[in-house]
Amino acid sequence: MARSGKPTQASWTGRHPTMGTGLVSYEDSISPEFYELEREAIFRRAWLHVGRIEELPRKGSFFTKDLDVAKTSLIVTRGLDGRVRAFHNVCRHRGNKLLWGETPRDETRGTCREFMCKYHGWRYGLDGALKFVLQEEEYFDFDKADFPLVPVHCEVWEGFVFVNLADEPGQSLLEFLGPMVRGLEGYPFHLFTERYAFKADLLSNWKIFLDAFQEYYHAPILHSQQQVPSLRSFQNGFKVPHFQMDGPHRLISTGGWKGVPRHMTPPDQMYPIEHATGSGLLGPWERPDIPALDPADLPAGINPGGLDPWSISNFQIFPNFVILLYERGWYLTYQYWPTSHGTHRWEMSYHFPPARNASERIRHEVTAVVSKEAGLQDAGTLDGTQLGLESRVIDGFPLCDQEVTVRHLHAVVDEWVRSYLRDGQEVPA
Amino acid sequence: MSSSMLPDGFADCEPFAAKWCIPTEAARYAERLNSTMAEMQLFYDAMFPRVPGAMAHLDRFPLHELPERELNLLHLVYSLIMVSLPVEVWKQPRVIDSGTAYFDRHLEPAP
Repeated sequence: MARSGKPTQASWTGRHPTMGTGLVSYEDSISPEFYELEREAIFRRAWLHVGRIEELPRKGSFFTKDLDVAKTSLIVTRGLDGRVRAFHNVCRHRGNKLLWGETPRDETRGTCREFMCKYHGWRYGLDGALKFVLQEEEYFDFDKADFPLVPVHCEVWEGFVFVNLADEPGQSLLEFLGPMVRGLEGYPFHLFTERYAFKADLLSNWKIFLDAFQEYYHAPILHSQQQVPSLRSFQNGFKVPHFQMDGPHRLISTGGWKGVPRHMTPPDQMYPIEHATGSGLLGPWERPDIPALDPADLPAGINPGGLDPWSISNFQIFPNFVILLYERGWYLTYQYWPTSHGTHRWEMSYHFPPARNASERIRHEVTAVVSKEAGLQDAGTLDGTQLGLESRVIDGFPLCDQEVTVRHLHAVVDEWVRSYLRDGQEVPA
Repeated sequence: MSSSMLPDGFADCEPFAAKWCIPTEAARYAERLNSTMAEMQLFYDAMFPRVPGAMAHLDRFPLHELPERELNLLHLVYSLIMVSLPVEVWKQPRVIDSGTAYFDRHLEPAP
């Protein structure tokens, strides 16, 4: 007898037949051996977002980015020629970490004309060239030109700075991003200079938290309190109306909480703080007065399903970067940096056009506070999931069609690792 | 010369100023976790009705040139936002179901 349920050909999952609809193993999130493979197969081959161009406002601006997953630290800087470059943060003399904050374990940032090693005073230009060696005459057959900082491939797209740690990347950044992600091009990211940044050290594999933010099936249950008590129900689900996959990347697009944008909810269905300030989880009720943020003028790739109403497009950029755009005229980013097979460092930033008065700033604050608290609920499940997986009681998990993005991420990770094991060179298209 | 922390017209909020005029989110969150629900309810009941008036008052000044007492008032509104979900939703200082998670806000606009 045929099993009842959704036919695969009519499902989001069925559009990607290579993924199948079978049970999914989470061995990729609990195996230390798999983590070692991921470091090489994914984090040393994919393009990784490391910062925004606004963090390098002038010639000589720099920041360091410590990448535990690749066992390295980077210096990202804007040179005297205005060009953005990245280098391994390692002095060519005796291998000391060149720049750090309070301790060698801390990142740092600032503006300078040269980078000087704290150990013996070797100095490097913003282009990585070795400029000064203390007592150079004491060295043997020595030419400073032979000892520049070790460069890292670095490209800027829409103000997002990406690096690639491969000797020779298999794809350019634009090829890697592909048409779906590049559908964001033209969004006025440069106007969003008011930023709130958070970080956390979390007790799960990096992919477990990605999974938590790449489906909304969990929303009515884990975030049930987003509804006022009279409307709360554990029986009603949440159906995302548009999923899309392109290469290793994913897109989730929706109309908002249960399809209704929060700012259009009747006041008696809001919490008092939302109604009093005109702001909440999905942003201030009023969109900034910036023509480029009018949905009619947005790049078509931002709401590719043409949803109406449309509230959120959530771009999951492989491997560990998320850009989430809100129809209310702001965006946030998530990034997940593995620190071991069972832990990761997480970063989140809210980006708004600068508040022009106290009321606007207060509305941004409401969104940054309320949204963080929903995020804490998502993060609250992580170590429980990691513990459950590591018990190894279960080796196959069913994922529904609303979790197609979860299935896709694990399939892509598996594909990259397999490709690496096959030949160690090829990056899948 | 007034010795109040808040602008004229907000004297009823003055009893809460010493505890809740806090400039950073990290410190406001810590104060929330260190406070009882009774303390937060008292502050909320006094401050919540003053939010529209505070926003209107503060909007009379350039955001980046707020006088000291106006800056205190802005920080007091931020603290009202910080306690609003415990009072309105969670009924406890911590976020329900947040487990061991803790997010550190390490960068924010000023004011």
